[in-house]
Amino acid sequence: MKKQKNKLAGLQKRKAIAGYIFIAPFIIGFLVFMVKPFFQSLYMSFCNVEIGAGTFNPVWAGLENYKRAFTIDPEFTRLLVEEISRMVVDSLAIMVFSFFVALILNQKFKGRAFVRAIFFLPVILSSGVILGLETDNSLMAQLQVAIEESTGGVSITAAVEDILRTAGVGVRAFETVFEIIDNIYDIAISSGIQIIIFLSGLQTISASMYEAADIEGCTKWESLWKITFPMISSMFLVNWIYTVIDFCMRSDNEVIDKITTVMTEQINYGFASAMTWVYFVIVIVFVGISSLIISKGVYYYD
Amino acid sequence: MTKALAKQKRKNSDFWERNRKSEGYLLKKTIMNFLVKVCRFILLFGVCFMILQPIFNKISVSFMEEQDLYNPMVIAIPEHFTTENYQLAAQLMNYSESIVNSLVISLTIAILQITVCTLVGYGFARFEFPLKKFWFACVIMVVLIPPQTISTSLHLHFRFFDILGIFKAVTGSTINLRGSVLPYYLMSAGCMGLKNGLYIYMIRQFFRNIPKELEEAAYVDGCGTLKTFLRIMLPDAKPILTSCFLFAFVWQWTDGFYSKLFLGNISLVSTSLSRIADSLASYLQRLVGTTVTPTVGRVNCIVSTGTLMIVVPVLILYLFAQKGFVESLSSSGIKM
Repeated sequence: MKKQKNKLAGLQKRKAIAGYIFIAPFIIGFLVFMVKPFFQSLYMSFCNVEIGAGTFNPVWAGLENYKRAFTIDPEFTRLLVEEISRMVVDSLAIMVFSFFVALILNQKFKGRAFVRAIFFLPVILSSGVILGLETDNSLMAQLQVAIEESTGGVSITAAVEDILRTAGVGVRAFETVFEIIDNIYDIAISSGIQIIIFLSGLQTISASMYEAADIEGCTKWESLWKITFPMISSMFLVNWIYTVIDFCMRSDNEVIDKITTVMTEQINYGFASAMTWVYFVIVIVFVGISSLIISKGVYYYD
Repeated sequence: MTKALAKQKRKNSDFWERNRKSEGYLLKKTIMNFLVKVCRFILLFGVCFMILQPIFNKISVSFMEEQDLYNPMVIAIPEHFTTENYQLAAQLMNYSESIVNSLVISLTIAILQITVCTLVGYGFARFEFPLKKFWFACVIMVVLIPPQTISTSLHLHFRFFDILGIFKAVTGSTINLRGSVLPYYLMSAGCMGLKNGLYIYMIRQFFRNIPKELEEAAYVDGCGTLKTFLRIMLPDAKPILTSCFLFAFVWQWTDGFYSKLFLGNISLVSTSLSRIADSLASYLQRLVGTTVTPTVGRVNCIVSTGTLMIVVPVLILYLFAQKGFVESLSSSGIKM
């Protein structure tokens, strides 16, 4: 009896060792390339880093960099507020958009594979540097102004906005809506992955559930809210986190832009680290709180 | 012919008959279905057009001369057709050299990253070991921490590279690895490349869904841990590995952040594209002899052409491997 137990422990031990061997690359990489730079950058954010020939030495400066970021730097707080508020609005819009697109793409119709391919195209085409080029504002804005002046074109949303404004309908709320509608292109191109995640979630719901509901006299609308929504609520959590994180890594993010400029052009590592940390902490806290709230509402089937 | 017609007619009359019997419900239902189809078509067509339009626009702009851009009559079809933009953009981006560089680097990096991520993902999915939860939390951390947060110190890390002080002890100084390709390969080998946490996560989710019996049967039949992994698990995981590989390749291809940080000296399509406007300015300057700022239209032409030129290889890849990108991901039904 005792022998057998020992043997089992041996097998478990061997499996544990094998497991560690399998994840060894990650552990090494994590320790070497993540932990050290992570704490180093935290430390540097409290320092003035002086770069000499062949060496760098951080000089402890306390909270000076943080003070500078919030009180002295003219741009940082403004950019921060702008980016964060844009992140909240856009992420919400992306969630709603990708959910409904996934619902449509999950239905059966002719050319579904083709449409899916198109919807997924931006994940590939609008990544990395290309996204930064597309929103190269100063350039395109000039051209756009020139074009609009010469053609006298009016965008539909602007016209509707004018009508509603003169009609005196509550303006504030509408402005956000119009902003989202104007940004629909941005939203569509950044929701490829989210659509795929929702689709994979929708595929796991068994059809028999809908059939049963249908026989019981449930309309499509009701079954959307009573079956589909709870069944893929866990996907909402995953998607929400992914969207927010993806948003703060985009290359057209102005805060990141500012940080890179400070780092590479002004070579002020300490100040750049401090700004990154402020941004990072705000985003993480935001993700943490919002996913806590969402996870309260997540329904697990099994 | 007449038979088919008659059948059609009978079907029609059948329809009205059935409609009468169901007290108008059938007609209502058919109309509703039709309306849903129309709405769906309009919606999908609109959004698809919106996504494709910039690409079409770039294609047409890339064949235009500058004066066409200012001409309000010209919208899609260029009046002065030219391929000069392509020649100039290729010259500015150093195209033939940088595309080979990009191809080599993206391929090797993608292969390396996916190999390592597969190992790690498999380890997390199929083995029980102490501190597993902790290490997995670290994976999630890697997904969550934007690389920008640590980019400052990574900069310095590789400027004064050292592993636990070994090099300093041996040679007396640290190694400057900035500007070479090595750091990025090292990072990829350690799962810290572009979005590697995400790949680990996806691969782990896939391996978790493989039934345990399969693994046990392999063990009973005398397969070791490694042999089980290579012979049983890997062939099963082909779809998810293909899609991860394609992602790794494409994202590496267009990536600006890591390329700028680590591969600054090597001309890649992504970095040379982000510089293309400046290259145009300096090219014109050399041509004219004095400082000139290129006009908005000219820059726009070149940028669109350049973008098209780096997108086309990826686009071709996407056309062929479209199933690998979309279907394998969505139909495998990954449980998050």
